[in-house]
Amino acid sequence: MNSILSIVFKRLLIGLLTLWIVTVIIFAAIEMLPGDIATEMLGQAATEESLAAFREKFDLNRPLHERYFSWLAGAATGDFGISLANQRPISELIGQRTANTFFLAGYAAAISVPIAVVSGMMAALYNGSVFDRLLSNSTLAAISFPEFFIAYILILIFSVGFGWFPSLANVDVDTSLGERLYITFLPAMTLTLIVLAYMMRMTRAAILNLLALPYIEMAHLKGIKRWRVIAVHALPNALAPIINVIALNLAYLIVGVVLVEVVFVYPGLGQTLVDAVSKRDVTVVQAACLIFAATYILLNLLADILSIIANPRLLHPR
Amino acid sequence: MHNLFLQLRDAPVSAWVGMLIVAFYAIIAIGAPLFAPYAESASVGAQYQPWTAPHYLGTDILGRDVLSRLIYGARNTVGIALATTALAFTLGAVFGLLAATIGGWFDVIASRAVDVLMAIPPLIFALLILTITGTSVVALIVVIAVLDSTRVFRLSRAVAQGILTMDYIEVARMRGEGLFWLIRKEVLPNAAAPLIAEFGLRFCFVFLFISALSFLGLGIQPPTADWGGMVRESAKLISFANFSTWQTATFGLAPLLPAGAIALLTIGVNLVVDWVLHMSSGLKE
Repeated sequence: MNSILSIVFKRLLIGLLTLWIVTVIIFAAIEMLPGDIATEMLGQAATEESLAAFREKFDLNRPLHERYFSWLAGAATGDFGISLANQRPISELIGQRTANTFFLAGYAAAISVPIAVVSGMMAALYNGSVFDRLLSNSTLAAISFPEFFIAYILILIFSVGFGWFPSLANVDVDTSLGERLYITFLPAMTLTLIVLAYMMRMTRAAILNLLALPYIEMAHLKGIKRWRVIAVHALPNALAPIINVIALNLAYLIVGVVLVEVVFVYPGLGQTLVDAVSKRDVTVVQAACLIFAATYILLNLLADILSIIANPRLLHPR
Repeated sequence: MHNLFLQLRDAPVSAWVGMLIVAFYAIIAIGAPLFAPYAESASVGAQYQPWTAPHYLGTDILGRDVLSRLIYGARNTVGIALATTALAFTLGAVFGLLAATIGGWFDVIASRAVDVLMAIPPLIFALLILTITGTSVVALIVVIAVLDSTRVFRLSRAVAQGILTMDYIEVARMRGEGLFWLIRKEVLPNAAAPLIAEFGLRFCFVFLFISALSFLGLGIQPPTADWGGMVRESAKLISFANFSTWQTATFGLAPLLPAGAIALLTIGVNLVVDWVLHMSSGLKE
């Protein structure tokens, strides 16, 4: 039991170290802007007073490391400072949108994870069947098609063709849950189609690897029933890789959401990030990048830790 | 050479389809001015013409010929993706091979740096850097190449480490051969097949990545014809499509044509890569 704790602790430490380095990189981005931010934003004709006021407002007078720590402390409590472009508090701009983004990613995960795990298992059990081959071919399509291609095909069929779902996923705070689920169905389907094939393929590979091991063959040879071999012998060992697959794909979803939000004009964090990049609104870009990167890193960390904990070999050390 | 010919003869249908697709795109890209009926960014008619002669795929919002822009798009999008992949590959393979061959502190530093770069999702990282550098073609190529070289680094390092444990390397080292001789004469020839396959995969990734950025309006900038950008420009048209006549239905296809062009090339490259991987793994069905 001790060894597993130390492994988890070590992984946790590496994850947090990575997160810290990433915050440094993201913070350093604003420093790498060519020239002085104040003159850049206010123009060459700005008076000395307005420059000083600008520096005061964006807290540019203090030394670099002090600003980093106050930025980090603010970010940890959800206060990201103010936007360069329109001088409004960033938390106000992105608060609701971040929630929207997580809602969409969670929605897509809730659809894709059960389908992927079940059909991945089926494909592994009926290895070489028509279903299995169909799945292999669909993976090719999923890795080859750009996200917006899938999105526009869905729009053309289900929105323009049949008129079942809206092509714009326009939600606000007052939208009820049921309506929200309906409006965001097409974006969620797009995300599902993007990760589904990949997730199924990884689940299938994990189980196939397992079924090829000698102890499974031994169980078969002992005459144990097929479902019992799978449920009692294979599943506990398959849990770790499957959890890993799910968490990795959730991390992927969080990023894939950016393009899908833009296609469906969904008011999410990805949309904000893209707008901020084109306006070169660095402080907003930093906040959005930090949220995306931190979620991504934490999900990867979670994947590793869960798969360490779910590994029966580590739970019963010799 | 004879060996290659034999392998080509035995190539499965899927590989041939892939090679035909890639060849088709290559010919279109190289001979773009010959095939395109109109200039790349010249306004040649009324806006949003339906699919009739002389504009077989209609015109866009500025009255530019869509067919011509698709053809020039092959040259621009594929060209930039190819340049980026080549740069990413050079960076990744050189550092990966060096890290494996030199080992020690160099390996540790390079590997940790790559770990950190890979901990941030590439799209997010690229957006962060492009905010600072602005969206020029050079910035685009360098940023994506550096981000993408991390995966090449990992692969080439792993492959090279596998090769470096072989006896013939030990013999060469004892003969007193230098570092670059080892890499060039012993490691590279043996690492070629997986690296070639990786080049194809990286190209697909970079190609989709650049298209995605252009689609977001942060990649290749207009008036340069580019497929991701064309999807973005024609996206609104899709809601005007209606299926009563085929002429109006083509509006729905406006964003799908460039997006489909992207998808088809990626499929083609993937089919070829599958075949190369299959050959290099030594599996025969």
